[in-house]
Amino acid sequence: MTVRREGVRGDGGRGDGGRRDGVPGDGVRSGVPGGPEAGAGGLGGGAGVSLGVEGVTVEVAGRRIVEDIGLAVAGGAFVGLVGPNGSGKSTLLRCVYRALRPTSGVVRIGGDDAHALPAREAARLLAALPQESASEFDFTVAEVVGMGRLPHRERTAAGDREICAQAMARTGVAHLADRGFLGLSGGEKQRVLIARALAQRPRVLVLDEPTNHLDIAHQLDVLSLVRGSGLTVLAALHDLNLAAAHCDVLYVLDGGRMVASGAPHDVLRQELLAEVFGVRAHPVRHPETGAVQLLFDRLPRSTDTRPLGRHPAPVPHPHPHPHPDPHPHSHSHPHPHPHP
Amino acid sequence: MRQARSHGRVPLPPLVLGLSLVLAGSVVCGVGLGAAGVAWADVVRFLWAGGTGGSVRAADGAAYTIVWEIRLPRVVLGAVVGAGLAAVGVAVQAMVRNALADPFVLGISSGAAVGANAVILLGAFAGLGVWALSVSAFGSALVAMALVYGVARSGVGLTPLRLVLTGTALAYGFEALTTVMVFGAARGEAARAAMMWLLGSLGGATWAQVPIAAATVVAGWVWLRARAEALNALAMGDETSAALGVRPERLRRELFVVTAAVTGTVVAVSGAVGFVGLMVPHVVRMVVGADHRRVLAVAPLVGAVLLVWADVLSRLLLAPAELPVGVITAVVGVPVFLLLMRRGGYAFGGR
Repeated sequence: MTVRREGVRGDGGRGDGGRRDGVPGDGVRSGVPGGPEAGAGGLGGGAGVSLGVEGVTVEVAGRRIVEDIGLAVAGGAFVGLVGPNGSGKSTLLRCVYRALRPTSGVVRIGGDDAHALPAREAARLLAALPQESASEFDFTVAEVVGMGRLPHRERTAAGDREICAQAMARTGVAHLADRGFLGLSGGEKQRVLIARALAQRPRVLVLDEPTNHLDIAHQLDVLSLVRGSGLTVLAALHDLNLAAAHCDVLYVLDGGRMVASGAPHDVLRQELLAEVFGVRAHPVRHPETGAVQLLFDRLPRSTDTRPLGRHPAPVPHPHPHPHPDPHPHSHSHPHPHPHP
Repeated sequence: MRQARSHGRVPLPPLVLGLSLVLAGSVVCGVGLGAAGVAWADVVRFLWAGGTGGSVRAADGAAYTIVWEIRLPRVVLGAVVGAGLAAVGVAVQAMVRNALADPFVLGISSGAAVGANAVILLGAFAGLGVWALSVSAFGSALVAMALVYGVARSGVGLTPLRLVLTGTALAYGFEALTTVMVFGAARGEAARAAMMWLLGSLGGATWAQVPIAAATVVAGWVWLRARAEALNALAMGDETSAALGVRPERLRRELFVVTAAVTGTVVAVSGAVGFVGLMVPHVVRMVVGADHRRVLAVAPLVGAVLLVWADVLSRLLLAPAELPVGVITAVVGVPVFLLLMRRGGYAFGGR
C-alpha cells in the first residue's frame, strides 16, 4: 500500500494560509530580528541562523537509509520535509539534531559543522522535538520545560525560572506548570515540548511530525506557534495541505533520496504526488481564503495491471485429488480466466 | 487523580535537614539497641568519648568495645550501604529508563555472589585472610559487569532493553553457579553463611570495611548528583537527550561503570540486600517528584535510615540469632510499596 490519504482533508490552510502567497522559492524571510518575537523579550534566543545539509548519507547495518541529501534552510525560514512513510525523513532529522551521526556528509548550523561542535554548544544552537514522548517518570510540566536550560552555562536559578516562565506563557501552558507531563493531552504535551524548545533559546528548531495524533485545531495551533517563533524551522510533516500552507519551501523525500524541492505549490504537482505518494491529487480553491487545497484519491497502483473492478474472483476450485494438496497457496490455477 | 496532584512542592532544604537529623538519631538508636544491654547513658558517653578521643574507665572496657568496635561500624556500614543502594537504584532506573529496575537488575550482585560463595563454601583466596570475601565478591562483580557490558553492547551502544535482558539472563546463569556451589558444599554451616550472604547481612561489619565503602558511595553519589540534569534528559528518551546536548550512549556507558562500581563495593561488604534500591527511589519520587536533582538529594538519606532500622530489627527479632537484613527490607518494603502504589495514583512505570 502506498496510499495514505483518501478523500477530503481538513482545511489545513486556515489561519495564516494566505500568507504564503508570493513567498519566493528560496524561502528567505528577511527582517527576522524584528519578527513577532521581538516584542516578547527576545524569546527564541535571537534570529534564526541558516541550516544546511550537505551530501548526507546514512547507512545502518549496510543498508542505505538516506543517500546524498542536500538541503538548505535560510535563516528564519520554515522548511517542510514531506515523503511517504519510510522515506527517510526521521533518519535525516535525527542527523540534524545529532541523535545520529551520518555515514558521510555534513550538517551545518550557521556554517558550523554540527557534529564537530561540542554536544552542549550544538544544543544551544538547535532544539528539537523528536517523535518519542514516552517517559517512565512523571516530570511536572515546569521540570520538562526546565530541561531546555540544560545546555546553557553560567545560568542562575532565577534566570532559568524567568526564561521558562516566558516560554510557557508563550505557548499557553503556564497554568499547567505543576501538572504531571504524562497526564496531559496530546496537544498540551506538544505545547509543553515547544516551550521546552523555546526555553533552550536555540536559533534553529527541528520538528519530527509535530502534528501527529493531534486534532485539526491543535495541528494548526502547533504550526502557528512554531511559525511565530521566528526561528529557522525544519519540520517533517505528514499532511501535505498543512505543509503547503505553513512552509516557505518544501523538500520531498522518496526512498531515501531527495526528489523535489521548491515553493509548496511548485513542488506538490500531480505527477510528483502520483509518483511519490501513489495518490491522484485534485487542486481546489478554498471557498473563503482562495488558497489552493489538494484533495486526494487513491491511484491504482502501477504494478496492478488488471483493470479495476475486473479482478478475477478467487474461484472455489474443487479438489478432485484424493490426497490433500501439500502446497495449497502455490497451487497454480490451470485456467487464468475461467468464468468472468 | 494524578492530574490534579501538584507534586514536587515539598521544599528541599528542610526535608534534607530533617532526614539528616533522623539519620543521626537512627545511628544512635542503632548503636543503643542490641542483644547485650548497654545503658543509653553509657552508649551516648562512649560515642562521645570515641568521637572526641576522650577516655573511658577500664571497667567499661567490654561495653565500650561492644559499642565502638562492634555496633557502631555495623550501623555506619548499614547507613553507607543503604545510601549507596538507594542512589544506585535511582541511577539504574534512569539508565535503563524503567521504573522497575534496581541495582541488581544488571546481574552485578549475582556475579558478586559467585565470588563471595567461592570464598564461603570452597575456601577460595584463603591467602587474603579477612579480605578474601570482599575482594573476591568485588572481583567477580567486575567480571560480571564486563560480561554484561560486552554482551549488551551493540552497534548503537547500550540500549536499555538489551541491558535489562542481558543482565537478567546472565543473573540466572550466575545464580545457577552459586546454587551448584551451595548444594555441593558439604558443611551445613557454610551453606547457612552462603544463604545469609545471598539475602544480605551486615553481621561481618568491621571498621576496616567502612572507609572504602563510604568513599566509593560518596564518590558515586557526587558524580551522579553532578549529572542529575543529564539523568532527567536521559529519562525523557535518547532522542530528546541528544537534542538537549547530552550524549545518551556515552552517559549510559559512564553510568554503567559508576553504578557497577558502587554496587560491587556495597555488595562486597553486605551481600545482596534487596528492595532498598527498588523501593526507596519510588517512595522518594512520590514525595519530591521525578526531578533527579531532588531525588538524588533525598534518596540516599532515606536509604540509609531504612537500612539502619532494618538492621536493628534483624538483630532484635530473633535475638540472639540474627535474620538476614534482606529479609527485613523485603518484609517491610513489599507491603509499604504496594500500599503506596495503590493509594497514591502514582504514575508507576509511567502509566
